[in-house]
Amino acid sequence: MIAIVKYNAGNIRSVQNALTRLGYASVVTDNPALIQAADKVIFPGVGEASSAMKYISERGLDEVIKQLNQPVLGICLGLQLMCFSSEEGETKCLGIFDNEVQKFRGNALIPQMGWNELTDLKSDLFVDVKQFSDVYFVHSYFANVNENTIATCNYIQTFSAAIQKNNFYATQFHPEKSAGIGEQILLNFLQL
Amino acid sequence: MLKRRIIPCLDIQNGRTVKGINFEEIRDAGDPVELAKKYVKDGADELVFLDITATVEKRKTLLELVEKIAAEINIPFTVGGGINNIEDVTRLIAAGADKVSINSSAVKRPELISEIANQFGSQCVVVAIDTKKVDDTWYVYTHGGRTATELKTIDWARQAVELGAGEILLTSMNNDGTKSGFALDVTREVSNAINVPVIASGGAGRKEDFDTLFQTTKATGGLAASIFHYNEIPITELKTYLKTLKIPIR
Repeated sequence: MIAIVKYNAGNIRSVQNALTRLGYASVVTDNPALIQAADKVIFPGVGEASSAMKYISERGLDEVIKQLNQPVLGICLGLQLMCFSSEEGETKCLGIFDNEVQKFRGNALIPQMGWNELTDLKSDLFVDVKQFSDVYFVHSYFANVNENTIATCNYIQTFSAAIQKNNFYATQFHPEKSAGIGEQILLNFLQL
Repeated sequence: MLKRRIIPCLDIQNGRTVKGINFEEIRDAGDPVELAKKYVKDGADELVFLDITATVEKRKTLLELVEKIAAEINIPFTVGGGINNIEDVTRLIAAGADKVSINSSAVKRPELISEIANQFGSQCVVVAIDTKKVDDTWYVYTHGGRTATELKTIDWARQAVELGAGEILLTSMNNDGTKSGFALDVTREVSNAINVPVIASGGAGRKEDFDTLFQTTKATGGLAASIFHYNEIPITELKTYLKTLKIPIR
């Protein structure tokens, strides 16, 4: 069973729909026992960092997520919450990754909204995914590039499109909304 | 590089896709779920569903249809029509919509934009503006183009962004259904004035219209309906064409 962490962030349903299309059963839950017992955990989300951290901390999910040993995939805000801190609402995050989350600054539309290219791909998350594949992003904040970075993207500057440390994986883009490429990436995670 | 987006729009009436000309003369254009699946396969970058009867007939957007669409497609989609309050938005998001598009209800009560942005984030709020040129000035129209307002389009676009709109979907009523090309002047004016993405809509009739749109305005997306529904310009062919002209396209 795949557990999708439920919290006060938008369209979690689309992640579950994507898993169903790939033939995987999943449960959307904020129950720590169910999350701990799952084969894999997906930590999705679109929303605001400080209120999301508040929600998960109040339910003790912060410690639960940090201590998971099975493969975990953070998506979008999920990636940002797994980092050390976020400029959004001056939020202290889970600290699974030591990356810092900053706001885009520059002469371009913010948020970045739309399809952009993945570069510098490494990790088993990107088996059968070509360099320069387009995936769907919607975000105003980004994680810096460091040793955890397994894919980069360029918008105003180069940032981490995906990061990994041990069993923790995270993507800034939405694989569940990135057509066939996104499905391949989800499948790679599900087959870890 | 961030790509320009090609966005088919499905106008929904009583659960069917329909298409009008200059916002009137509505005719049937097929099953929305089947059309949506075909567009995804063809390489559409996003989809927009507008329940065009919703405001007028005080009918809520069909949640069941949204659920069916969400289950079938793997690209972002926006749902609009008849959204009057945060409860309407919550139901649509729960059914699987990625973004909501609001139009008349935002003109009537602009705070609705902030309410949605505060709860779901700006990326979730598309403010749709139906605009018509009268004596050389572009004005906002509501209720499916039936009601004129005194709002100038440029002023309303700015205000909507200040209130938290994450995107503006700008439809020229003068151009809609005419296949004479997008309204470049108002698209240019609005996309120069605000710092969120503008999707241009109304008037696409030839592949060249998208080229001109992307070469001469800052619009990040081009939206069309009939040319895709009736396969006059297949999306795959349009995207190949734009790529050969070096426009950044997925």
